[in-house]
Amino acid sequence: MRAVITVVGKDTVGIIAKVSDICAKNDVNILDISQSIVNDFFCMIMVVSIPKTAIKFTELVDILTKLGEDEGLAIHAMHEDIFNSMHRI
Amino acid sequence: MINTRDILETIEMIQDENLDIRTVTMGISLLDCADKDINVACEKIYNKITTLAKNLVPVCQEIEKEYGIPIVNKRISVTPISIVGNSCEAEDFTPFAETLDKAAKTVGVNFIGGFSALVHKGYTSGDRRLINSIPEALAKTDFVCSSVNVATTKTGINLDAVAEMGKIVKKSAELTADNNCIGAAKLVVFANAVEDNPFMAGAFLGVGEPECVINVGVSGPGVVRAALKKAPNANITEVCDIIKKTAFKITRMGQLVANEASKRLGVPFGIVDLSLAPTPAVGDSVADILEEIGLEKCGCPGTTAALAMLNDAVKKGGLFASSHVGGLSGAFIPVSEDAGMIAAAKDGSLTLEKLEAMTAVCSVGLDMIIIPGDTTPETISAIIADEASIGVINNKTTAVRVIPAIGKDVGEELEFGGLLGSGPVMNVNKYSPAKLINRGGKIPAPLQSLRN
Repeated sequence: MRAVITVVGKDTVGIIAKVSDICAKNDVNILDISQSIVNDFFCMIMVVSIPKTAIKFTELVDILTKLGEDEGLAIHAMHEDIFNSMHRI
Repeated sequence: MINTRDILETIEMIQDENLDIRTVTMGISLLDCADKDINVACEKIYNKITTLAKNLVPVCQEIEKEYGIPIVNKRISVTPISIVGNSCEAEDFTPFAETLDKAAKTVGVNFIGGFSALVHKGYTSGDRRLINSIPEALAKTDFVCSSVNVATTKTGINLDAVAEMGKIVKKSAELTADNNCIGAAKLVVFANAVEDNPFMAGAFLGVGEPECVINVGVSGPGVVRAALKKAPNANITEVCDIIKKTAFKITRMGQLVANEASKRLGVPFGIVDLSLAPTPAVGDSVADILEEIGLEKCGCPGTTAALAMLNDAVKKGGLFASSHVGGLSGAFIPVSEDAGMIAAAKDGSLTLEKLEAMTAVCSVGLDMIIIPGDTTPETISAIIADEASIGVINNKTTAVRVIPAIGKDVGEELEFGGLLGSGPVMNVNKYSPAKLINRGGKIPAPLQSLRN
């Protein structure tokens, strides 16, 4: 399955590294990544692919949510279909 | 490839604008649970519900987590118990309600609907026994919801049933007077009730429905209001378009969750209910949308026009987004469940009479309205009769869910808590309709042509 990970919050050193580290450790492949900084706020969007043999997606959501809480960032990991169904006909 | 703006828009809708799936409701047919012995029937009912709905809550929680969209309520609707219980010998149907309550608690849902009877043309023995049991059943249970259909466009209005329901509503409030009269908040009286409604308190599974089915109700008043806020100077045609586009997006989300829940539970998908259902949370209000469109306060002249436009635009936008639409589809206007409505009622801007006019163009009817405790059963019946007339003549579903606040009068409040909210006691006209109601009989079905 494919999922979208978004990270929004105050810009600090190593945010991308921490998220990609979690992906790598759990066999989650990063397909696309984009980031921008608006008024000191960091906004990163990552599209990832999670093979069936890798981590259960709900567990990945827990790990990323915890990272978000620890770092004071809003991190969301959501199934790609929610964006496709809402914005594509 | 999905673009950044779309992704951030979806997240903003969920995080800041209270977008959620309001309910995933599993409909379960209990037609095969009938038995002469009420204890045997209850056992069959309990076993069937706890088997079919065993995974409902965990599967919904899994979907919430994977898709990042909250599913606020997981609920169950069942075949009207008056039909299931018709063949049993017991006079008191309260044990059926207690069984439904126990089953709801076992599977972890927060409401179970279907302690219902359809009496628009007359009573069966089961209907009579069920209706007599309603006040006690609602007082003795936490999660059971009850509904009675007293009128349809095809058959007219059963005034005898209307007269009786006034008494039942009052008694349901009296038996739960020490708990904010909550009994009456779980009881709704319908005209033109629908068979696939996923929303409480009026959900039941009609006899034309399958054995087991998943119906989904979406929500999102906050999202519609936020979208309108971004276009403060749009003309009303543009306002309609904004509402349609937003309703489309909200409904697509509902359809996705419905498909996913249906697939994972192995239960067919029924319908998506295209609704704007408010909650007492700030910003999640239908009244706020009406005020954003251009009313100083909900309830002032212009409210009916704004609501009619909103209701129609929500349906037009949502229809294209879902493969099957049903339920009560439209904007709900429950008073105690909507922060903006509560404020307007407290200010005196929103009155019972204006609400009645609004129900001619909204999704359902007079909903969650708190009335003085000394309101007579005949007056409650007459409110039901008025509302049923609007439904019958205009070919739409209408309903009455009023809560007589026992021992309280205008100016005081009831506090239900949770999704049911709180609200002020609203003024009711004191002149008596008793003679009309006590005449009894049936109002014949209305003419369907010469419509003016």
